[in-house]
Amino acid sequence: MTLETKPDSLQHRVMQSPLGRARGLGSGQSGAGTWKLERVTSVALVPLSLWFVYVVLHLAHADYATTRYFIGEKVHAVLFLALIVSLFPHLALGLRSVIEDYVRNDLPKFLYLFAVNAGCVLLALAAAISVIKLAI
Amino acid sequence: MEDMRDAMLVGRNSAGKRVLRPTSPHVQVYRWKITMAQSILHRATGIALGVGAVVLVAWLFAAASAPSVFAPVQAAIASPLGLLVLFGFTVSLFYHLAAGLRHLAWDTGWGFAIASVFVWVIGFFLV
Repeated sequence: MTLETKPDSLQHRVMQSPLGRARGLGSGQSGAGTWKLERVTSVALVPLSLWFVYVVLHLAHADYATTRYFIGEKVHAVLFLALIVSLFPHLALGLRSVIEDYVRNDLPKFLYLFAVNAGCVLLALAAAISVIKLAI
Repeated sequence: MEDMRDAMLVGRNSAGKRVLRPTSPHVQVYRWKITMAQSILHRATGIALGVGAVVLVAWLFAAASAPSVFAPVQAAIASPLGLLVLFGFTVSLFYHLAAGLRHLAWDTGWGFAIASVFVWVIGFFLV
């Protein structure tokens, strides 16, 4: 959207508060979903991350066969997949809020958000396929 | 004016002249406060844990690959530097976890009193 550079041409906008401009337009539709996903993933990550600390302590020095067996056990594989599906959406939303706060211009913001979302999807898929491969 | 949001910054001074409204000073002007440090640390540890998530994926991927792929990854993780980094991730995780729980408490409307800041800080160091 191209805007005029002279402040005087903006009078019609200046006369309205941001609230007044937004009022009556309805909701943004998807805001509550994002908010909820942020909370649901954080609640899920409380037990999952504590379990994961135990896993790291348990496997930090483990060899190849032990590690593969441990990850492939059904209970552990399920918990790993649960960790993956909560962690990466949580990470993507967290980085999104940081980017939205600190990157002002639209094109860089779009590119950063695209990189973060695409990166999170690819990392989650790589992690999930690794766990599934060890579990079956 | 390159941005729609700049329109909100236009106002008039006491002489009726059209000016840009004054904006808040940038972050380095403020005296450090506990709440500010907490907020920044929550973000910083979140970003650090994002790096940790990449390490997690590399480790899982290596474990699902051949032993020759897994060996260097495991060696890096079990090295002194690797263990130090893991320790850093663990500290970050516990900070982010504690601060995240506080955010969830805030969502229920609990814990907004100034004094509760000190409860959280003392609680975190006790843990």
